[in-house]
Amino acid sequence: MADHRILIVEDSPTMRQLLVFALKRMKGVDIVEAKDGMDGLRKVTHDHFDLAFVDINMPVMDGLKLISLIRSEESLAAMPICVITTEGAKEDRERAIALGANEYLTKPVQANRVLSVARALLKLDD
Amino acid sequence: MKERDGAESTERGEAVLAIFQRGAEFTRQLLEENARLRRELGALELRHGQAAQCDTAWEKLRQELISKIEDLESRNHDILEQLRHVESESQLFAERYREVEEENSHLAALYVATYQLHSTLDPAEVVRVIVEIVINLIGGEVFAVYVAEDDARVLEPVAAEGAPLAEFPRHRMGDGFVGGSVASGRVEVGPAAKDAGGPVPGRQPVVSIPLRVDEHPVGAIVIYDLLRQKDGFSPLDHELFSLLAGHAATAICAARLHAQSERKLSTIQGFIDLLTK
Repeated sequence: MADHRILIVEDSPTMRQLLVFALKRMKGVDIVEAKDGMDGLRKVTHDHFDLAFVDINMPVMDGLKLISLIRSEESLAAMPICVITTEGAKEDRERAIALGANEYLTKPVQANRVLSVARALLKLDD
Repeated sequence: MKERDGAESTERGEAVLAIFQRGAEFTRQLLEENARLRRELGALELRHGQAAQCDTAWEKLRQELISKIEDLESRNHDILEQLRHVESESQLFAERYREVEEENSHLAALYVATYQLHSTLDPAEVVRVIVEIVINLIGGEVFAVYVAEDDARVLEPVAAEGAPLAEFPRHRMGDGFVGGSVASGRVEVGPAAKDAGGPVPGRQPVVSIPLRVDEHPVGAIVIYDLLRQKDGFSPLDHELFSLLAGHAATAICAARLHAQSERKLSTIQGFIDLLTK
């Protein structure tokens, strides 16, 4: 039984693999991947997650829409969310935070930064 | 007369006796006083001796305490010295830990890039992976992936980000910043052209990464602009340039050869089917 379950909603396989690679360094973590916003929504509503990493630019359903849907669901309102974005999309980042994202990562993403953000959002000691 | 003399003698004898008795009493008192004084003297001598003995014990104790204090001070100094040493070691370990974490982070990026580049034999998919690596791991905002034509004289843009593909110029092998980089096989980093803006054709590339298999040029990745938050290239970026220069070229070649062999196989299969039916 995993201590923490983390959902990664990201369309880029490269980014997904990097996030998984970084997060797997934490003990007792179960990581689930979703390749777009719709897939992410399906997974987040059918299962419990302690943290979600959500990319903003995704096909089918973008990250902003996903965050807004997650926050509108009472049972998911407290789940920490970290958005992944490019600096060029500053307004997207601000909107994501306004919608209820707790943290953001800008590209290019570094594995150690992913790990420290996850630890902080899961309130784990370093 | 005799009677009177006898009476006088008796009186005198009594008087002498009384004197002797007083003398004896006085002597007894003197002896008692003497004894008392002797006792007091003895007590005083004893107290004096004890007092002298206390001073010696106190001096001994004082010496012991001083010696203990000196010992404790010395031990305290040693402990402080050890603490300083441990603190400095701990700082060194923290620094080393940070370096190892950073190195680990770099290795993660390199591993992911290599894994993704060799995860497919579809040429279009390989190019897509290269684009993803440049965006997500290097932080390129405006860039193109070039592929050398069969005669290896011209570099043609095949994929682009940040601007339409048509905006990216072709490059002749050996000419200019990009052509020179591919011909020499060296990664060329341009001057700080970050946020240069403007149309791509007139812009100086930030970096040109030649893609080569052995001495054979396969193409190039040319980055014209970086994401705004990126302040130049890190050591990891240079590692990624080297990795892309070798592995992206190999992945493109392998995918091309695979596609060609698939086409040839399909053609041969068509002929066989034609002959056997």
